[in-house]
Amino acid sequence: MAAVETSRMNEAGLRKDGALERLKLFGLASPAMLIILVVLAIPVGWLFYVSFVGADGQFSLENYARMLDSKAYYRIFITTFQVSILTTLLCILIGYPLAYFMAQLPPKLANLCMITVLLPFWTSLLVRTYAWLVLLQKRGLVNEWAISAGLWDEPIKIVHNMNGTLIGMVHIMLPFLILPVYGSMKAIDRDFMKAASNLGATPKRAFWTVFFPLTTPGLFAGALMVFILCLGFYVTPAVLGGGKVIMVSMKIVSNIELFVNWGAASALGVVLLVMTFAILWVASRFLKLESITAGGH
Amino acid sequence: MRRALLRPPHLNRQQARTVLSIDSNGALPITIRNVTKTYGPVHALDNVSLDVKSGEFLTLLGPSGSGKTTLLMVLAGFTRPDCGSLKFGDREVIRTPPHLRDVGMTFQSYALFPHMTVNGNVGYPLRLRKVPKDEIARRVEEALATVQLAGYGNRRIDQLSGGQRQRVAVARAIVFEPRILLMDEPLSALDKKLRDQMQIELRHLHEQLGMTTVYVTHDQREALTMSDRIAVVNHGRIMQLATPRDLYERPANRFVADFIGESTFLSVTRQGKKVLYEGKALKFDTPPPDTDNLLLMIRPERIVLSSGRPAGTSNNFKATATDVVYQGDSFLLHARLPDGNQIVMRGAVRGDRLAQMPTVGDTVTLSLAPEDTVLIDGSED
Repeated sequence: MAAVETSRMNEAGLRKDGALERLKLFGLASPAMLIILVVLAIPVGWLFYVSFVGADGQFSLENYARMLDSKAYYRIFITTFQVSILTTLLCILIGYPLAYFMAQLPPKLANLCMITVLLPFWTSLLVRTYAWLVLLQKRGLVNEWAISAGLWDEPIKIVHNMNGTLIGMVHIMLPFLILPVYGSMKAIDRDFMKAASNLGATPKRAFWTVFFPLTTPGLFAGALMVFILCLGFYVTPAVLGGGKVIMVSMKIVSNIELFVNWGAASALGVVLLVMTFAILWVASRFLKLESITAGGH
Repeated sequence: MRRALLRPPHLNRQQARTVLSIDSNGALPITIRNVTKTYGPVHALDNVSLDVKSGEFLTLLGPSGSGKTTLLMVLAGFTRPDCGSLKFGDREVIRTPPHLRDVGMTFQSYALFPHMTVNGNVGYPLRLRKVPKDEIARRVEEALATVQLAGYGNRRIDQLSGGQRQRVAVARAIVFEPRILLMDEPLSALDKKLRDQMQIELRHLHEQLGMTTVYVTHDQREALTMSDRIAVVNHGRIMQLATPRDLYERPANRFVADFIGESTFLSVTRQGKKVLYEGKALKFDTPPPDTDNLLLMIRPERIVLSSGRPAGTSNNFKATATDVVYQGDSFLLHARLPDGNQIVMRGAVRGDRLAQMPTVGDTVTLSLAPEDTVLIDGSED
């Protein structure tokens, strides 16, 4: 009996210490959790509620029914996806080679390069968007230069349409793609490419069979991030699209500001949210979502 | 990587392959001539010439930064030397890109592709060579059996232990039957027991496959265990190229003697044909090298403790024991000679000899037989 008691020495005390430690850890997280609850969970719940309230103040599905009936809504969703997909593809086409270039540079130059990538990231979104407007407008710098260089004769419309929207969106989204891709490239052991080459792979084969597959987690993560951010984007398409590129977020604003129809706006918001979650869910079946935050594999 | 992977214009894969397969079975000799590689003012390789015989197991041994890895990278094609010639058999390959050299290689980090299974990794060089699928499966299985990993083909790399990864790396390097195998510190990441076992296994593998093998290590015991010949490298130059036995028994200079095994060095002077230490002529079997800067090299296990009256046929040193360390299988005795020099001696410990272990402060006589009296060139290189 005495032996048993000895082997259970301090058991209760140690268990209490462990519980206390976990409690402290929870305490650290609680302010953030409180904020999320107050400014995210409650408003989203309210959004859901409002979206099911009709014009007469009764429970109704009219806000959702309107979306299914109206061609305009259909077009808005198509535009939103179009812009998001194109922006994501362009970001991949521009960002991947740039990340590859940076990953090959010696550390000092790579840091410098990274700062130039991040610099716009740290500038206000509004400032960058209006800067593009200044550059791209009819009498803007791009047109003036192109005309004086003889590239084209008449000022062409590069803003207030899809082109301008895409240029601005790609510029703003690029860092979100480059960061995880660059991270996954830096994590690749340099010996891998040597080994591939030693085993008989041409540089091209080595890239496609070894390097590229190892960067796909970063690429997926970056592309997903860009795509999801695009879905709900407002400022840039609103300014650079000139009213011709109408995305879901803009329709939400007009529903509130123009039509003061909170129910319709909420329903749109709910649909956007559900779509985003659906995409995340599908994506999570193909990649580990942790890789978005870990920036690698 | 960027630079090394650029394909020089003068060779395509088909050409390289036909030339390399002159000697269609068996190993290829390697001829290295006057290879120099500088990084700024530093000579990573300083006019290195070396012949590796067909089927030989040759080790490049040296401290870190000695240039041994650079030389291996030149052989693999990953480092572009400033000048020199490199031949595999009769074929000049100094400008051949790595993917056309057809040499097997294992990396210190193993460099196994984490997104492929064991089968995927080992089959990779065969897939690149467009070997038919069923033959790939057969040869991969064969290679895995050779390294005693039969049945592990479907494992992911992260499911393998360090020793198993090492074996997969070897299987991948030999599966396409290269006639030259390069190994860059392949065992350095393994613990000592496994390392000892793998040394023997790699040695057997080499005997079985017979490919010319160049092995890089900084571990002198590993080099002595495995090699047909060892090239000791330092400051980008080959200090000595010899069999393990010659290297240990007759080091060419102080650096080699110091690097291989433990030794004590005593300054000696040459007087005509005689070599004197503290005025006394030394008895030796092998004549000393032709230099005035001579050292007497004493290996701890070759000098013995004389009990009673020392034999007149040996060189005897009276000394005072300053430190005695019991190490289980042996004991180490540090003793101070009258001139202040220290000698280290290793003695066997057996039940009946334990009593013979001196204690600190004892005056001891240490004897060195003439055949163990090795006089070496005292220069560092």
